[in-house]
Amino acid sequence: MIAEIGHFALVLALCVALVQASVPLWGAARGNGALMALARPAAQAQFVLVLVAFLALMYAFASSDFSVFVVAENSHSTMPLIYKLAGVWGNHEGSMVLWVLILTFFGAGVATFGGNLPPSLQARVLSVQAMIGAGFFAFILFTSDPLARVLPPPADGRGLNPLLQDPGLASHPPMLYLGYVGFSMAFSFAVAALIEGRVDAAWARWVRPWTLAAWCALTLGIAMGSWWAYYTLGWGGFWFWDPVENASFMPWLAGTALLHSAIVVEKRDALKSWTILLAIVTFSLSLIGTFLVRSGVLTSVHAFATDPRRGVFILLLLVVAIGGSLLLYALRAPALQPSGLFAPVSREGALLLNNLLLASAAATVLIGTLYPLFLDAIGGPKISVGAPYFNMTFTPLMTPLLLAVVVGPFLAWKRADLLGALQRLWVAALAALAAALVTLYLHSGGPLLAVLGMGLAAWLVVGAFAELAERLKLLRAPWRESWQRARNLPRANYGMAFAHAGLGFTLAGIIAMTAWKVELIQVMHPGETVPLAGLSVRLDSVEPHSGANFEGQRATFTVSRDKRFVAAMFPEKRNFPVAGQDTTETAIHTSGFADIYAVLGDSDGKGGWTVRLYYNPLAPFIWFGAVVMVFGGLISLSDRRYRVGAPSRRRLPAGVATAPGD
Amino acid sequence: MKPKRKRMVLVLVGLVILGGAAALVLNAFEANIVFFVSPSDLMAKEGERVRTLRLGGLVEKGSVERGPGAAVHFKVTDLEHDIRVSYSGMLPDLFREGQGVVAEGKLQPDGTFLATSVLAKHDERYMPPEVAAALKKSGHWDDADQQKYGERAAGQVPGVPKP
Repeated sequence: MIAEIGHFALVLALCVALVQASVPLWGAARGNGALMALARPAAQAQFVLVLVAFLALMYAFASSDFSVFVVAENSHSTMPLIYKLAGVWGNHEGSMVLWVLILTFFGAGVATFGGNLPPSLQARVLSVQAMIGAGFFAFILFTSDPLARVLPPPADGRGLNPLLQDPGLASHPPMLYLGYVGFSMAFSFAVAALIEGRVDAAWARWVRPWTLAAWCALTLGIAMGSWWAYYTLGWGGFWFWDPVENASFMPWLAGTALLHSAIVVEKRDALKSWTILLAIVTFSLSLIGTFLVRSGVLTSVHAFATDPRRGVFILLLLVVAIGGSLLLYALRAPALQPSGLFAPVSREGALLLNNLLLASAAATVLIGTLYPLFLDAIGGPKISVGAPYFNMTFTPLMTPLLLAVVVGPFLAWKRADLLGALQRLWVAALAALAAALVTLYLHSGGPLLAVLGMGLAAWLVVGAFAELAERLKLLRAPWRESWQRARNLPRANYGMAFAHAGLGFTLAGIIAMTAWKVELIQVMHPGETVPLAGLSVRLDSVEPHSGANFEGQRATFTVSRDKRFVAAMFPEKRNFPVAGQDTTETAIHTSGFADIYAVLGDSDGKGGWTVRLYYNPLAPFIWFGAVVMVFGGLISLSDRRYRVGAPSRRRLPAGVATAPGD
Repeated sequence: MKPKRKRMVLVLVGLVILGGAAALVLNAFEANIVFFVSPSDLMAKEGERVRTLRLGGLVEKGSVERGPGAAVHFKVTDLEHDIRVSYSGMLPDLFREGQGVVAEGKLQPDGTFLATSVLAKHDERYMPPEVAAALKKSGHWDDADQQKYGERAAGQVPGVPKP
């Protein structure tokens, strides 16, 4: 019964979305306030309806109702409750419900907190948002009904893929979706602005918080996915340039560019047309990501849907959404007012450089990801494009960007003095040099590029905070004045410093781990000791070990340095009988500056075990940096000027607040 | 600078970056594309020794030998031809005899395939599409352990393209 209520709620949501997609738009075109006002309650109703459906599905999972097909396929009565609940989005149908739940959540957010948006803009934004929603509701209802029954119900379910039974992964899809879908807000605002034919500083100020929130969630989601891959897959890597990873990384690159170009629109009323295009591209990449990941064109743990109808349907949605919005862009963008001028060397110029490099990087990733699919589709040879391609294209594009990240904030708007900016960066340059020298001293054998890379990382971290120090006149003015300046400095400035510094931390982690990782794969017998990067690792024993829904072996390693105990580690091998699948549970001991990473492999049948041991210097920095970036984003989000839905009214140009529409 | 020149500079910078990116892409494609082959393809093309390839097929039953140390040897077959693969390291969790596998590496002068990485299915439910394609190409799709792969496909989730 509850499942049927959920299903009915989804059907109603589709109906509401269709109304919301058409009536307010028409109302905005006619200048009819009553029709426009319909958008707000409709958006809120959509959210409530989807929430009902989502909770119904969650109830089916929690109560192990195997008469619901999705539950029977993806859950099992012996699974811990937390994974039964996480199982809601551990499958194609449920994850699509989560997708629309987040979509309507954002829509309801604009409806509820966007009271100070011009009515016509709000109506149009919500209409566009409802169009996306309607497409996805139809997709869910016609091709992937999450609440379909199966009769007679099986005695027990097939279980969730054990790889997905992990706390990190349970929360990874919701974060990632918050990001993906969050960019739909920027998209809706962009399309609404194109319909409206007006883009100005106020528009940018409304778009930025949504983009920033989506960006924070996506950053965290990607970091979680990478962390999951690091400790679950047992390969000791954190990023594989797997198409599925690229699918989330492309919107991140474009979204990062959007975040920066929106600043230019807001502050200088320039780059308007480009920002609109970026907003469209960012969400399009999110949609392409969804298509790639969910349609089954890629084989991976993420590919749930292999029903070809679904792929075709998503492809159709893709064509309509991307094609339609780009067509609208082509028609309307030339009508946007030409924007403010600036010299190539200026803050705007620096942000434009950031955009060009990020967009090019996103394009190379897109080409590398789609080319094998394209070749396969036209009947060409089956190929794969691996990590070397991405390293060769991505690194050269990112290096100038990372160098420029520090310089950009020192440049003035409109026209700037590059030499002057560089002179004020001597502290950061010194830090970079010091970091490179220290690295050279510690690892005389390392590749030169990695040494320079560590210098670059220090340049980023120190440079980010040097900018803050400069603004606060730290050490150059009396403390009282610095304190006063610190209090008056907008939070967005602190946010930027942290986000840029976080990038530096992540870079340091990536470089150190890539260049100076120590890897050891060999057969060990209990009682045997091996040296690993100055440590001694002893395999004490391997014993049987079992849990609620798995059985397996557990090894005990003792790690010591100069006969002093450092850590005990317990990697496991697990077998999940329900899924008929083995998983590896890695053991990681971290000091904050390095990880010791142990994996238990197969027995050689003669009392020995294959083991994989890694010493990963600075590995924790990779995710720490991401968290710092997100922290920066959140600080910036809390800035009074951008607080979601509450941009101060007095800042709005009078003409916008009352614009009646076309 | 005049506005027009300013714009020209920006356009030029943009073109340089785009051109650079395009050059990087082409250059990297040249060197880093990995072709997928089946054991029969590999037998047919003797000249493929220099390139890194992805070899896909089934792990032949009873062909897995371990040792010395962490070394593993097994045969990859498309049920027409088979190639002996050597690998040093830890096999993925889903590596099983009789099931699909993709090995990336280079063909050695002695006719064995030295793998630098071995990928098995990510998920019990699916076979790598490349392997399915290889089996179909060799005309042995029906002979491959259909029961195992077909089971799921026969259900309501069509996991594997039907022959």
